[in-house]
Amino acid sequence: MQRRKSSFKGGIHPPYHKERTKNVPADVGKEPNIVTIPMSLHIGAPCKPIVKRGDYVYLGQKIGEAQGFVSAPIHSSVSGTVKSVGEMPHPNGDNVMSVVIESDGQNTVDPSIKPYDSYTSYAPEEIINIIREAGIVGLGGATFPTHVKLSVPSDKKVDCVILNGAECEPYLTADDHLMQMRPEKVVTGLKIAMRAVGVNKGYIGIEDNKPEAIEKIEVAIDGDSSIELVSLATKYPQGAEKQLITAVTGREVPSGGLPADAGVVAMNVGTAAQIATTFETGMPLFKRFLTCTGDAVKNPRTLEVKIGVKLQDVIDQCGGFVEAPGKVIMGGPMMGVSQFSTDVSVMKGTSGILCLTKASAYIPEPSACIRCGRCVAACPIHLEPLYLASFAEHNQFDKCDDYHILDCIECGSCAFSCPAKRMLVSSIRMGKRQVQAERKKKAVKKNA
Amino acid sequence: MPENNMMLTVSSSPHIRHKDTTAGIMQNVVIALMPALLVACYVFGVKAFAIVAVCVAGCVLTEFAIEKIFKLPVTISDWSAVVTGVLLGFNMPVNAPIWMCLIGSVFAIGIAKMFFGGLGKNFMNPALAGRAFLLASWPTHMTGSAFIPLSDTYTSATPLAILKEGSNLGALPSNLDMFLGLNGVYGSIGEISALALLIGGIYLLVRGIINWRIPTVYLGTVAVISLIFGQDPIFMLCSGGLMLGAFFMATDYVTSPVTPKGQIIYAFGCGLMTMIIRLFGGYPEGVSYSILLMNMAAPLIERYTKPKVYGVAKPKKFGKKDKKEGEGDD
Repeated sequence: MQRRKSSFKGGIHPPYHKERTKNVPADVGKEPNIVTIPMSLHIGAPCKPIVKRGDYVYLGQKIGEAQGFVSAPIHSSVSGTVKSVGEMPHPNGDNVMSVVIESDGQNTVDPSIKPYDSYTSYAPEEIINIIREAGIVGLGGATFPTHVKLSVPSDKKVDCVILNGAECEPYLTADDHLMQMRPEKVVTGLKIAMRAVGVNKGYIGIEDNKPEAIEKIEVAIDGDSSIELVSLATKYPQGAEKQLITAVTGREVPSGGLPADAGVVAMNVGTAAQIATTFETGMPLFKRFLTCTGDAVKNPRTLEVKIGVKLQDVIDQCGGFVEAPGKVIMGGPMMGVSQFSTDVSVMKGTSGILCLTKASAYIPEPSACIRCGRCVAACPIHLEPLYLASFAEHNQFDKCDDYHILDCIECGSCAFSCPAKRMLVSSIRMGKRQVQAERKKKAVKKNA
Repeated sequence: MPENNMMLTVSSSPHIRHKDTTAGIMQNVVIALMPALLVACYVFGVKAFAIVAVCVAGCVLTEFAIEKIFKLPVTISDWSAVVTGVLLGFNMPVNAPIWMCLIGSVFAIGIAKMFFGGLGKNFMNPALAGRAFLLASWPTHMTGSAFIPLSDTYTSATPLAILKEGSNLGALPSNLDMFLGLNGVYGSIGEISALALLIGGIYLLVRGIINWRIPTVYLGTVAVISLIFGQDPIFMLCSGGLMLGAFFMATDYVTSPVTPKGQIIYAFGCGLMTMIIRLFGGYPEGVSYSILLMNMAAPLIERYTKPKVYGVAKPKKFGKKDKKEGEGDD
């Protein structure tokens, strides 16, 4: 077992604010009376509800059928009666088909659920199938279906699996708590993933601001030489997939490519722990760790919450608001999505609920770019955000393309460092959409 | 469903920002220029302070007036006009008439900055543009004895002028005097003390306002070329406007490249030009013109020094793009 310290070029050091929840023991989320489970909890095609109003559902029973390969089934997080199936507000701002279930408080597990045998008795395809059926998606926040990640196309040569325990987003400590509480699950999950992909090298990358987690994981690895613990420099966005891969292996994911093009399958530590739990208990993904924090919350803490619980219920369990919040963000402050209402549900990718007071949510009006170059220095992809944003704002989308706008990972490092407070990410995001649309148009023309 | 009466802000990520602001950066630059201003007041008396104050007032008022006339948002609170004013004042000789300071301010802010679109859009350093304009228009007020306070009847020229003249090299001050700038070493108001400027420059480096590349490469290039041509590098580094230029003018964000490699090439160009003018040119000093020239080359330098983008093997040539296929359908 060796340990080394790795990092990447670029990035920023935002104020972390992790001390607010780091040393508060993680708790179990309050049992909900009612859950609202949207049929879109992952990247890819939304699920089709397979229950109807009045149906009785068990805990862990499948209620949404995956549509297509890049999709993952959805399961009930309580046992009880389906109250309604229809369009409900979704954290992304749309209305999305959702199943509302009133809990009977019994949590009666679906009788068809049985623990699996030891993972070593399954072939890789069987493992991937079990993971798909359990509805497991990337729990870091991207929610890419895990079985798709593990199904490496035969023309790509993957030689390792990397677990992402960086948790570089400020405020959040959900992965930190998970790694401290269930290190053996994380390690077992990694071993299962390695078997599914057919490799015998695994890495776990953890930022060095989590010494307790590093220690616990090291113990859980227990000298297994196939798994290497990598201590990562504390720097945002250390947990961005590409930056993590570069920090751990020194390789770069080619532009427009996937981690598999760099010989890597990467997933979050929470995803790995869920894989282990599923093999151990047979239970699908129906709950997750999240950090409910921010200066507008009375008792910030990390909780293990069921999918479909309302954000407001989680906030209430944390003592409610200290004062009227200015912003409620699903996820972290750098890449999280600000919410219209706290009346939306915890999703599979909800790593945090960040409630900021009006004062700390305040962002000054943007002023003219002074070309200070801080965005260029901060960009972990080595782009020139000032130009990308300016081209996009002036509808020069061909230039956006020339300056590699599609390689932007929207980590927000540029906008964070901008002294003129320019809305760089917002402009770049708009530019990306236009460039993608234009490319699609060109492709259609070519085929016609 | 519970009714929610909260007014939540919904905006694009990121939701937090660094505490630095444009105005804060500019204020730091002004702070960093204060040691040099103190030395100027000590050496030249209150006249030096008056000239700097007039330039600051002229610059700020010009920006305010133009924005009012053209019905633009008033931006004087960003402190950038103050910085231009101080730098312009620092570039004036102590005997400069007040009306010249005002004309210089109007040119610097009005022509060089506002007519190109205001802060961030000007292609050359406003303070240096103002100085170059005055130098071309009233050369007698901007050269030679204009730098020497009337009270000093002994000294006749600035060190670089003595060197260029070449007949009275014995009158050159010692390197220590050049470095401290306290003892009869004259020049533009803000440039006489290398030490004071160095203190300000280091303050900017420590505060992260500027990075090491431009000052280090600029000064390094001057030192190396001095050695090659048999000149005393310490004298060359401490004389003229070099310290002021290397730390405060060449580093101007707006008119220097944003790319790391570009900054090195740009600073090397500044150093090379400065030494060519000093050694072979008609003027004794070349810092202003070398920076102005490199300002104009900055966009081109930037274009050829784009950082290597993550995951892109070689800088892609225009018109040749590989087709991307794959996951982007959702």
